[in-house]
Order: sequence, then structure tokens, then C-alpha cells
Amino acid sequence: MKIFENLFKKGKQKKELGSSKENDRALLIFDNTSEVIRAENILKEKGYEIRVVGPPAHIRKGCDLAIEIPIVHAMGILNILESKGLPPLEWLPCDEGQLKPVDLFHVKDFGNFLMVRAANMKITVHKPSQIIVNISGGGCPDVPYLAAMLVGKRIYEAKEPRKIGHTLCGYALQLAYDKIKELCSQS
Amino acid sequence: MLAIIGTVPDENFPLLSGKVYRKRDNLYLEEWEISIQRGTTALIASSIEVLEFLNKPLPYAYLVGDTGEGYGSRRLYKFLVEDLRKKTFNTITFHYLMPDADWCNKILLSLEELSLRPLLIADAGFMYAAKMSGNAPFFDLFTPDPGELAFLADEKAPHPFYTRGFLLQDESNVEELIKRAYEHENASKYLLVKGKEDYVAKENKILEIISEPTVEALEPIGGTGDAITGIASALIDCGYQIEKSCIIASKVLRIAGKLSNPDPSTQIGEIIKFIPQALKEMLSKNFLL
Repeated sequence: MKIFENLFKKGKQKKELGSSKENDRALLIFDNTSEVIRAENILKEKGYEIRVVGPPAHIRKGCDLAIEIPIVHAMGILNILESKGLPPLEWLPCDEGQLKPVDLFHVKDFGNFLMVRAANMKITVHKPSQIIVNISGGGCPDVPYLAAMLVGKRIYEAKEPRKIGHTLCGYALQLAYDKIKELCSQS
Repeated sequence: MLAIIGTVPDENFPLLSGKVYRKRDNLYLEEWEISIQRGTTALIASSIEVLEFLNKPLPYAYLVGDTGEGYGSRRLYKFLVEDLRKKTFNTITFHYLMPDADWCNKILLSLEELSLRPLLIADAGFMYAAKMSGNAPFFDLFTPDPGELAFLADEKAPHPFYTRGFLLQDESNVEELIKRAYEHENASKYLLVKGKEDYVAKENKILEIISEPTVEALEPIGGTGDAITGIASALIDCGYQIEKSCIIASKVLRIAGKLSNPDPSTQIGEIIKFIPQALKEMLSKNFLL
């Protein structure tokens, strides 16, 4: 019965964690209600578990409706909406805006190679050829896919992670990719 | 027997389960040939190297194609809830799967029905789901890298992407992060933190720090963490204690890495090939006894 005890214990905590459950959701903020309805239809057709909610007052920017999405799917959802000409004004985690995307980068120089880490994702480039030689870290299933698509390509010719990734790991890789591109352009 | 659960980066790859074996640079499951790359295939290949070396049964794999949209992961989760009830595994390692707290709960409930509870190891996406769902203490071993450890230590973060900056500084605060992860019940019974130095911890206590041999070039190589998790999983399934398995896994990967004479462009398959030689070295020093 350990798991039941554990779940029950966590159930009690879930009020605070409530957090935990709500924390794995994000909000998409749109300009008007009609956009919310169109976006809702598109995302439901794609099979995403989403719902229309009222956003907290302090983050209200446009209409008084927002779409709640699973946070881990944020990048894939943003790509879909962008491709339909329906990008949200903003997206942010359901924690009253306290959490911010990672903005710390770790840069490591290996001589001929340069590595950048953003959150849990690392990208490494061979400096003379500007070829992406390795991608490591991450835990979402688009990471091995992104690695297969990017490794071996020159950084300016490779598809951007945000165009072919779907998850927050993909998004973190995009940040590392942007940073390493910036550093390569300076050298 | 060891079960390994994860994904391959190909949407056309079906949901498959069964004994998996390796031949040269590929894995084989049913009639499917799967190239060994970073991710779950690297984990499986590394575990096979250990199991073959120790003359133990090959692992049982549950694999599905998923490139990040999550369709494959959800199909696999649904299948596992039923199938895990029918099988007997000593050890189960969960790996690259779309993090989903609800499915994590369902899988654990289904495992709880078993008369013999397997040892549970989680890495990558399923480790994220275990933390998000509040079930981390139910697992025997997590194998995070320092970035993922910071996520475990951050009780507010729903994903490593949102780990707060003060926790993400550098690798010098690993011990503090381990403590914080246990304080908030976001760590498994044992932790193997895979970094420049590897840390083995149990319930808030650092048991061992492994730093030799140091091979700087391993850090950027995708799949080294998957390989350590695969080695540790295989050793645990062979009956080694979790603490010892983690220490051996860390050393074996470092030795195999050194033997492969890597640079930051080396691919994981080149390192996995040296695992048997690294195990031989460990055996000669009586580490495997």
C-alpha cells in the first residue's frame, strides 16, 4: 500500500503543491475572445488537453479569456498557433507569473570546441567549421530527435530547434542555440 | 529481469515490447533495427554490455516512436498500465518519455498491485514526471545531471526550463542542491548525480564522490548520462547494491570514456564499445566482487 499512502500523503500536500499540479500548466494570453475560440478549436483538434480559463487580473492584457495548456507542450503549441497565424500575445506559467524562463548560460571553451548550457540543455560547436558536434542533457522525447536533426550540420544551416521541437527542453535548446550562434558570430 | 521503458526519435516506430539485443552498432527488437544514438537506445546498449559481460539475461524493452509531440508516450503509458501487471521484473528503468504527472500516477498505481515490487529507476522525462506528481520518494534511484538536480531542488519549478537562477549557478553547490531536493521530498531514495564529479547520495547523505579518471571531453557528449544510467540499471538488476552499482557505473563510464580517447565531437556509440574493457579493469581491481 506504499503508493496509496504516498499518493494520499501527497494528496494532502497537493493543496500547497496545488502548485505541483497547476505548476505543470501554462497560460496563453490572446488579444481577443475570437482568437481564444479559434485557438481552442485548433488545439483540441490536435488532441491537446487544454481548457479556456479566466486569467488572473494582474496578467490580463487583452480579452478576459485565456487558454490553459500543459506547460511541457508549450513550444509545439506555439509553433502550431504561429503556423495558423494565431500567435498569443504572451505565454506564461500558471503561478501568477513568478516563474521566469531560465536566463543563465554556462559557456565552456574546449579549444576548438565551444559548449553552451541553458537550463538542462547543452550544445557544442566545432569552432573552425561551425558544425554542431553534440547535443546533450534534456529529458523530453524531442531531445534525441533534435540531436539527430542538428548534429553534423553547420550552425547557420541547421533548422532552429524551435521550428522542429515541441517541448520546454526544445525551448531550452533554442536558447543555448541562440547563445552559441551569437558567440560564434563574434569569434 | 531488467525492463527499460523509453522512446526512439522516429514517429513511424511502432509500440514494441520484448527482449532486445545488440549487434554491432544497432539494437534489435522484433524485426526492427534501431541505431544506437543518444537517448534510450544508448541506455539499452550500455545495459546490454554489462549484462553480457556478467552472463545475465538481456533486458526487456518497451519502446515507442516519439519526436516530442507526446502521442507515442501516451500510447505507451496506456499500454504499460495493463502490461506491467502481467509481467515480473526485478528492476524497471523509465527514461525518455513525455513528462506527464497523471500518467506517472497511473503507472505507479499499477505497479503497486504487483505482489513483488520492482526496484524503480527514473531518468530524463519520467524523472521530471515523478517530481511533478509528488512521487519522487517512491523511486529507488534518480540519475540527474546538475541542471536536473537544480530542478529537483526547486520545489516550485514544473520543468528544468523554469529552474530559478539562484539554484542554477554552477556545479559547486551540488551538495546543497541534494539537501534541498530531499528536504522538499523531490528526491528518490538514492541519487546518482552525473557531472564533472559524480555524487552518490542516500536520504540526504553523500555516500561517495567520484571524480577519477577525469575526462573533460565527456561533458558535451550527448548520451554519457544515458550510458551511466544503463550501466547502473544493469548492475542493480544483477543484484549489486544500489550504492555500489552507482559507484561502479560512474567509474566504468569514466574509464570507457578515457579508453575511447574522446574529444567533444565523439559520439556515444564510440564510448559504449569500451564498456566491457572498463568492466574488465574494474574486475581486475576487485571492484566487481
